[in-house]
Amino acid sequence: MKQFIITLITITFAALLVNCGGDSAKTSSANTLSGTVKIDGSSTVFPITEAVAEEFGKLYPKVRVTVGISGTGGGFKKYSIGETDINDASRPIKDKEIKKANENQIEFIELPVAYDGLSVVVNKNNSWLDYLTVNELHKIWKPGSQVHYWNDIRSNWPHKEIKLYGPGTDSGTFDYFTDAINGKSQSCRSDFTKSEDDNVLVQGVAGDTYALGFFGFAYYKENTDNLKIVPIDDGNGPISPSMESINNGTYSPLSRPIFIYVNPESLKRPEVDKFVEFYLAETYKLSEEVGYVGLPESLTKDIQQKYKTRSTGKWYSQK
Amino acid sequence: MRLLFRQINLKEKGIEIFLSLSAFVSILTTMGIIMILFTESFQFFKNVSPVEFFFGTQWEPLLVPKSFGILPLLSGTLIIVAGSALISIPFGVLTAIYLSQFASEKTRNIIKPVLEILAGIPTVVYGFFALSFITPILRSILPFTEVFNAASASIVVGIMILPMVASLCDDALRSVPRSLKEGGFALGSTDFEVIKGVLVPSAFSGIMASFILALSRAFGETMAVTIAAGATPKLTINPLESIQTMTSYIVQVSLGDTPQGGIEYQTIFAVGIVLFGVTLLMNFFANWVMNRYREVYE
Amino acid sequence: MNDILSRRKLKAKIFRIIATISTWSSIIILIILLGNIALDGFSNINWTFLSSFPSRFPHKAGIKAAIWGSIWMLALVAIIAVPIGVSAAIYLEEYAKKNKLSRFIEINIANLAGVPSIIYGILGLTIFVRFFQLDRSLLAGSLTMSLLILPVIIMAAREAIKAVPKSIRLGAFAVGATRWQTIQSHVLPASTPGIFTGVILAMSRAIGETAPLIMIGALTYVAFVPENINDPFTTLPIQIYNWVSRPQVEFHHLAAAGIIVLLVVLLTMNATAILIRNRSLKKYKW
Repeated sequence: MKQFIITLITITFAALLVNCGGDSAKTSSANTLSGTVKIDGSSTVFPITEAVAEEFGKLYPKVRVTVGISGTGGGFKKYSIGETDINDASRPIKDKEIKKANENQIEFIELPVAYDGLSVVVNKNNSWLDYLTVNELHKIWKPGSQVHYWNDIRSNWPHKEIKLYGPGTDSGTFDYFTDAINGKSQSCRSDFTKSEDDNVLVQGVAGDTYALGFFGFAYYKENTDNLKIVPIDDGNGPISPSMESINNGTYSPLSRPIFIYVNPESLKRPEVDKFVEFYLAETYKLSEEVGYVGLPESLTKDIQQKYKTRSTGKWYSQK
Repeated sequence: MRLLFRQINLKEKGIEIFLSLSAFVSILTTMGIIMILFTESFQFFKNVSPVEFFFGTQWEPLLVPKSFGILPLLSGTLIIVAGSALISIPFGVLTAIYLSQFASEKTRNIIKPVLEILAGIPTVVYGFFALSFITPILRSILPFTEVFNAASASIVVGIMILPMVASLCDDALRSVPRSLKEGGFALGSTDFEVIKGVLVPSAFSGIMASFILALSRAFGETMAVTIAAGATPKLTINPLESIQTMTSYIVQVSLGDTPQGGIEYQTIFAVGIVLFGVTLLMNFFANWVMNRYREVYE
Repeated sequence: MNDILSRRKLKAKIFRIIATISTWSSIIILIILLGNIALDGFSNINWTFLSSFPSRFPHKAGIKAAIWGSIWMLALVAIIAVPIGVSAAIYLEEYAKKNKLSRFIEINIANLAGVPSIIYGILGLTIFVRFFQLDRSLLAGSLTMSLLILPVIIMAAREAIKAVPKSIRLGAFAVGATRWQTIQSHVLPASTPGIFTGVILAMSRAIGETAPLIMIGALTYVAFVPENINDPFTTLPIQIYNWVSRPQVEFHHLAAAGIIVLLVVLLTMNATAILIRNRSLKKYKW
């Protein structure tokens, strides 16, 4: 009996081992490129980076790409001490982060990869909400907010407790949202369910009729059966995020570019260089696939130029 | 001859020292844990008053305005402990009584492995079970239950620690000498009366110790509650709401990966030291109960 | 008089029924738990699943990276923890005098066994990842897990060694063997099955642990098999946790499938341990 079990285990392992070897033989021959690419940062940008890594892995299976989701801020902390090669970011790098990186002689190449329409969502069964003005959003999310029930926003809405979900303080989405809606980054009420993992937020809002949350557009698109998008009125009537409204900026103030920040030192390694090259080439297609908006042609050319010349500094986030 | 003995002795001594070093690894581990937790918490308490930490009712370490009262996290953990106790203690004791008093050898050979399996299932699996099975059922019975709630997590943690209670109580009950039991029967007592009046009191120390150990386990439980109970620190006794335990707070912060320095990073250690301290105390207490109330049968 | 007696008897009967139901409900719960998971995930178990890397497309995703990560981690943990654990057990049982120090070590080990796993995560993060600069590697993860299960191995090995009758040792001493010779040639071989069982059970614990590894940073998108101990990695429980966190239902089915794989591995390990234990019980009839 013991023999049988041991044989069984050995066979299972052997089978897995064989398969392991078999895989690399199937893929293309141009795969002598090896090494690691360490990526961390925004969970908003993660779906794109994951898709790129997956497709890249088909071409260059020997290169190991790891992608973390510590949040834009969390990722920058690692990036600025050289622990990662690329940082996914859903907001531009902050001055104090630049300072930290400089202290460690780390530079960055700022590369936008897509546009996101930061989406405010409610539960599918929310029948009363038609849209929110920016002012109403501010009223809900400002620090010390006294909004606890839906009818605190509009008196004809239900007298039910409003359950709020949002990214945590390491999240670029959080930074961007609070900056756009409350006027100051990280300035926000504190009694809401926080998670750096947007999936948790989706689950929360999808499971609660009286919930309201915000995260990147891709996460809404992936879950339209369970979520309802909130059109935002920034003075020109309520606009829902869509490919057009994000692209032409009418979905405001929550349209934003999302970035990757690349360490020029890391680019000296061929695997990182190839990866970023691939990323920039594929990002239009893949970001649209995961639910973001691809950048216009003119901008893409400029970005690729910046990349080729390894131009460091904040080119795209001054406006 | 003398030289040979000397060489052998040297070798023996050498082996002994090497082996003892291995034993000291365990001491090093404990020292490491204590040192790390203490030094970082010390940094933390330089900036946050212990009074605010231990008695504050708001836990908001990341967002301005920051507050560092641990009571919400503590209450979250305690709800889970209480909930899991409600399930594991009654069922565990009853199972132990059944196994030790009523069950046939055949039944024991079925139930004991079942309990071992339940105990051996990883906590992620329990978390999944809570989220995908228990929560939907709870929500259909009580529609105002949130998606992430303490009750589901408590239920699965209860199932998780039930085998521990059952097994330890079973051992305790079985160690009561037959003579005591038979004495009870000789006086005309029923099964129930013997159990209630003789066995349980005699095995009291072991039974109590098993409760404390199981609850200590529930206190330190991480994955099941992280998956199913939520990430909202709040001071509440409503188990149908989303809460946050001390353990899942630590996980949450390390997912966002706050690096060295900074008060956010230090909160990991402040919460960690409370966690470590409480579980340590509970384990010591269980031991003390075992020894103090142990009935000595000659 | 009879009235009271029959009431007492009734109470006893009811109690027995309650106790029986409680006990059998454990089986029912287990069946429901396993059944739920099996139904959920069974359809996803196929060769593609076992041999693919994680993907953003549920129908393409697989646990290859996770399985290999777990295997690597288990192997490393075994190499690190077993020698140390068994050595410590030998020392405590065979060499240490029963004084305050050895008692202190005993209590210490028992306490370490009860420390929540996330504390080990904190320990691992601070010492192995940060201080020793091992980064988020297999080595850091394995070292952390080794510390976690070390108390378990020590306690199990001690039990196995304790079970060897004194007469065996005394016999060896009587013919002039040194302490180490006795251990090496008599005590260890006799206690090996028990030690082995304990090690397997400790490994079962290690393979299912998630929290400490999350803390040292194993939670990322990992689409490769580790090639050396400095590589990043992921494990079965972490991949499962990853999938559980995603809101799309398909990923939940994947998580269930991953759980099935994990449980099958665990079951195999535990069955092996029990078999060895039973075999050895028959062999060594003291």
